[in-house]
Amino acid sequence: MLEIKNLHARIAEDGTEILRGVDLKVNAGEVHAIMGPNGSGKSTLSYILAGKSDYEVTEGEIIFHGENLLELEPDERAAAGVFLAFQYPIEIPGVATMEFLKTAMNAQRKAKGQAQLSIPDFMKLVKEKSKDLNVSMDMLKRPLNVGFSGGEKKRAEILQMSLLEPSLCVLDETDSGLDIDALRIVSEGVNKLRSPERAMVVITHYQRLLDHIIPDVVHVLSKGRIVKTGGKELALELEKNGYADYIEAA
Amino acid sequence: MTAPTQISHTQAESDLLARFDTAKGDLSGSTAVSDLRVAAAEQIKTKGLPHRRVEEYKYTDLRAYMKSAAPLAPKASAAEAKALADAENAYGELERFRIVVANGTYLAEVSDLEALAAEGVTVTDFAAALDQDTAADLLATPPSAGTDGVLALNTAFVQGGVVITVKEGADVSRPVELVHVSTAEGAIVTRNRINVAKGAKLKMLESFAGTTGTGETNVVFDYKIADNAEFATTRLVVGATEGARLLTTLATIGADAIFKILGFMAGPAFARNQQFVAFEGENSEAKLYGVSMARDRCLADQTLIIDHAVPHCNSREYFKTVLDDEARGVYQGRINVAQHAQKSDGEMMTQALLLSEGPEMANKPELEIFADDVLCAHGATSGQIDEDLLFYLRARGIPEAEARTLLVLAFLSEAIEEFEEEYVTDFLEQRVRDWLAGK
Repeated sequence: MLEIKNLHARIAEDGTEILRGVDLKVNAGEVHAIMGPNGSGKSTLSYILAGKSDYEVTEGEIIFHGENLLELEPDERAAAGVFLAFQYPIEIPGVATMEFLKTAMNAQRKAKGQAQLSIPDFMKLVKEKSKDLNVSMDMLKRPLNVGFSGGEKKRAEILQMSLLEPSLCVLDETDSGLDIDALRIVSEGVNKLRSPERAMVVITHYQRLLDHIIPDVVHVLSKGRIVKTGGKELALELEKNGYADYIEAA
Repeated sequence: MTAPTQISHTQAESDLLARFDTAKGDLSGSTAVSDLRVAAAEQIKTKGLPHRRVEEYKYTDLRAYMKSAAPLAPKASAAEAKALADAENAYGELERFRIVVANGTYLAEVSDLEALAAEGVTVTDFAAALDQDTAADLLATPPSAGTDGVLALNTAFVQGGVVITVKEGADVSRPVELVHVSTAEGAIVTRNRINVAKGAKLKMLESFAGTTGTGETNVVFDYKIADNAEFATTRLVVGATEGARLLTTLATIGADAIFKILGFMAGPAFARNQQFVAFEGENSEAKLYGVSMARDRCLADQTLIIDHAVPHCNSREYFKTVLDDEARGVYQGRINVAQHAQKSDGEMMTQALLLSEGPEMANKPELEIFADDVLCAHGATSGQIDEDLLFYLRARGIPEAEARTLLVLAFLSEAIEEFEEEYVTDFLEQRVRDWLAGK
């Protein structure tokens, strides 16, 4: 489904090189965890997948469902099935959450040539998915992410993900800022979305999240390269020994 | 030092003086009114049109903008005026009563007079009122307006307008639209008095339809809000008109009353919405909102002075400006608090969103406070669309143009939604969308 080949990227503004030859292949149905120390390029990789213009790809390619992902605009990528759950979901005062959800869902449906959702169908869907994620109607009445706690923001991200039903879910440190209960709710929400047609890339510092979302493959990203790939036991090893070995290896 | 008694006139000023000579015989008014007209024309003759060396017009140089002055618009036929007002239908399907002023003249035959009378609202012709002995009072200007040049132009040329009176305690069941229609090219100059008696409630919708060509539109809305009255009005100034749109609010607010206005401007080449609002009774509230949108080389000016002349009143002034291309936005707002107006509470905010590198915004919020126990604040910001917000929306599949529209609407929501007149919210948001789509 997703194939990243020799990806090099830098910060557009100052030219700082962040990714230095990332190779990654993710098949449908798989969950890949990407772990690594601060500054290794994990978030950059997620932003590049989603199409943030702050980064410039200097070499390499990203093939998604057989298409060159780098040629697509961020909204086209979303319609093609890419979803990034932000590490820091952004507050947008003045944009009502429900209005936003409806606009996003209908924009994606339009891009796929599907009919627009009727208001009752939309409401029904939102209510159903919100319940699972413990997202209250009160939250949905507020402007997007405004005044949400850290946990509420992350739950709202997963709500968006479950409504938009992407084929590739990129979770950027979704565990950061979550207490144990919130972590469980969010993880359950994510696990519910696991399917043979869907792939997930889970970016995290800590093993903790991977106790809940069990990965098929674990990668270690260090200094802009994937330096080690293994099974879920690799995460446990990292938890015990830290990243020091891999920083040196890179 | 003496000021020069004669200036060198621009073409527009010469045109205006010639227009006055031609029109003065036809313009209505008692002797006192005629004297006021002559004095106003004399002001135009000696001072000229307001220009950048006049502090209040520093950023809005009317003298430089007006290349010529078209004659006053000819009288309109009622059928034509009605057809145009129906066609432009500024407020869509919204249920409302309508009062039509066409080419500067009140048209009773196409206004909803009977329905309004049943609601306790009477409407009479401002031009006829000017013929009365007491008419000079109808042209009085507040001290804060000084010798304002736009008001002088209005006094010199005022053709007509309406006097709307809401009787004591009446609660008008639908908004009342006052539409100014132009069926032919030419300047329109009107003045409207709106009397809202004690305890009465009125919501108004103001709109402009048709084109004046290069002729200016100079309209004064003079609101007298009595004790315990509640009044809200929406002023919609849209469409790509070439002639200057010069709009003035004069308002006096009695005790325990509420006065709300939203001035929405999108499109005209040169638009100034100037407001002079004064509290005359205690425990009252004034909320002034503004939305200005301008592109190309257009200018949108929102200017206001609010006089806290008595204690215990609240005022809020929230103004939002969206600019693109080489457009210019102006906000000049001043809160005056008189020495004895203790416990005044005023809060003023002006914010601009620049959609490209070209536009210019002049923000000038001011406080002039002589009392010592007040709560007053002001702020001003100018910025661009936040790229991180834009990316977040696009990452959810919302195309760029729609994402920008959502963010502009979000920026404007503080003015449009907090105005809290829900019957106009959708119309105004649609106007924002239309403007962004270049319509």
